[in-house]
Amino acid sequence: MATNPGKLLQSSRRDFLKGTAAVATILIAPGIFLYKTGQAAAGLEREARWGMLIDTNALSEADVDACVSACQREHGWQTAEGSRTDAQWVRKLRLEEPETGHQKFLPMMCQHCESPPCVDVCPTGASFKRADGIVLVDRHTCIGCRYCMMACPYKARSFIHENLKDQLPVAPRGKGTVESCTMCVHRVDRDGADAVPACAEAVNRNDSKAILFGNLNDPQSEISRRLRELGGTRLRADMGLNPGVRYQGL
Amino acid sequence: MQSSIRYAEIRTSSPGYWGILIALFAVALLGVAGAHHMDVEGHHVSGMSNQIVWGLPHVFAIFLIVAASGALNIASLASVFARQDYKPLARFSAILSVALLVGGLAILLLDLGRPERLIVAMTQYNFKSIFAWNIILYTGFVVIVVAYLWLMMERRMQRWSKPAGLVAFLWRLVLTTGTGSIFGFLVAREAFDSALLAPLFIIMSFAFGLAIFILLLMLSFWLDQRELDGSHLQRLRKLLGIFIAAVLYFVVVFHLTKLYGTQNHGFERFILMDGGIYTTLFWLVQIGLGSLLPLALIYAPPLQDSAKSLVAACLLVIVGAFAQLYIIIIGGQAYPLNIFPGYIVASSFFDGVVAEYTPSLWEFLLGFGGLTAALLIAMLVLRVLPIMPEALRAESG
Repeated sequence: MATNPGKLLQSSRRDFLKGTAAVATILIAPGIFLYKTGQAAAGLEREARWGMLIDTNALSEADVDACVSACQREHGWQTAEGSRTDAQWVRKLRLEEPETGHQKFLPMMCQHCESPPCVDVCPTGASFKRADGIVLVDRHTCIGCRYCMMACPYKARSFIHENLKDQLPVAPRGKGTVESCTMCVHRVDRDGADAVPACAEAVNRNDSKAILFGNLNDPQSEISRRLRELGGTRLRADMGLNPGVRYQGL
Repeated sequence: MQSSIRYAEIRTSSPGYWGILIALFAVALLGVAGAHHMDVEGHHVSGMSNQIVWGLPHVFAIFLIVAASGALNIASLASVFARQDYKPLARFSAILSVALLVGGLAILLLDLGRPERLIVAMTQYNFKSIFAWNIILYTGFVVIVVAYLWLMMERRMQRWSKPAGLVAFLWRLVLTTGTGSIFGFLVAREAFDSALLAPLFIIMSFAFGLAIFILLLMLSFWLDQRELDGSHLQRLRKLLGIFIAAVLYFVVVFHLTKLYGTQNHGFERFILMDGGIYTTLFWLVQIGLGSLLPLALIYAPPLQDSAKSLVAACLLVIVGAFAQLYIIIIGGQAYPLNIFPGYIVASSFFDGVVAEYTPSLWEFLLGFGGLTAALLIAMLVLRVLPIMPEALRAESG
């Protein structure tokens, strides 16, 4: 019996292609699944845009100090007095009007811009904005070029200048990368609209809500209502970045 | 005429030659040691901080990258603008530009917080970032110029060297535009945020690159005792003079434009009047020593035929270049961000005050290491490949 070598070849090629497709599916499918769940996790509530409203009139100097300490405890960072290299996720700013000498204090941190310059300039995409508006640094792809720090109009970012130890599970930090306020993203992912970032928790006594966290995209949220009633200031509004952090009393 | 050009490897074995190579190698090695120390200990051993995030290594790196694209000018003049008188030096021009770029990139890479993540930078691109574009522009430049050099050197391929030269020329213009735009695109800082930085960097590259080119040309001819007729230097000298004047023009326009807007008066006052080290560097080093004095050395009638005055002018242009980049890069960061116009601002994070910066030994080592590595690469290639013409004699026509 003469076999048809052409047919044999054809069928084996078909089998090969089938096999390859099957193997590829097995290999790629979990990846797609992970990618999808990853996206879902990153965008927890896709329609939400998280923001904070800071009422500077309700904050004393001690309150702002409490904000800073609470953030340090929550994320495990410290700043030695006078250090030029230690990280500061949030800092106390003293503003003084030159004519009157009137002073006020406010906490200054990442403003979680809608159009963040740090994300624009990052060469590897390590600086990124989640679908819910929180701006973060992926510490696995940050190469430590510090271009984001050059670009940030708020001086909100810190570079880690030395070896760290005893980092907290909620804040993976390491030498040679850049970091900044995460709006307590671990609390946001856990509690959603009910989340209270550590700085807000430190100053909101007796329902005062000097720092109010909430969904800027939900017209019914308390933050949206207060912004509608009393307004809020965007820092460096001239730059058109639309920050998610707003201030009252400036 | 060009068919009569004969190229040859550097053959000298004089102690001076080997001394220079060993010295370059030693400093380059020290640069690696400096970078390693900063990598292991973290950047707190450098003078850099959360206020001055880019320091002396970046001044060296940007100098080398800018000079690299400028060093290619001589080759471009020959290939693109058909100036046959520059043709004998086209190969050296290409080699020097690649060497300078590699030195500059080495500094940038070794200064990263996580240099071992180079693979991330090479595989993950955010195409809205001019930095990401620059990674492609820089590596592309090396590939294009090496190919261009091969086409020039391979006799059968020489007809392709002209189009390759055009591609390299256009690429280098885009590359320096990209380097200038690293700063020009920083809209948040008054010191930068100007489209003028891109053309300013291009014209700076012309001057810086040519100054290094002339120095290394004279050095290698002198070391190998080759004939270098004054007419060739005269041509380069005139070119350098024009480039220095052009840089000066752009600097004047840059500051005049800033001075016109009242909101920039604070920053201009800082650089031009009361910025301490930055003001001194600007008037004394960048303008005085780096621009006016070299112009005098180049154009003053009694000095016009002096090779020594040309060497001095080139060295001064390089000194001025470092001052200029120091003012742009570090002065631009030292001046505080204006987040709250109209208020006096203070914080533990040095808001509202001029940031201090003192470069550390490690940064000097890394910077000089990159510079010497670039020179070492150029010198070694001259030894193994026929890059330099055997002689540059008086033009017979």
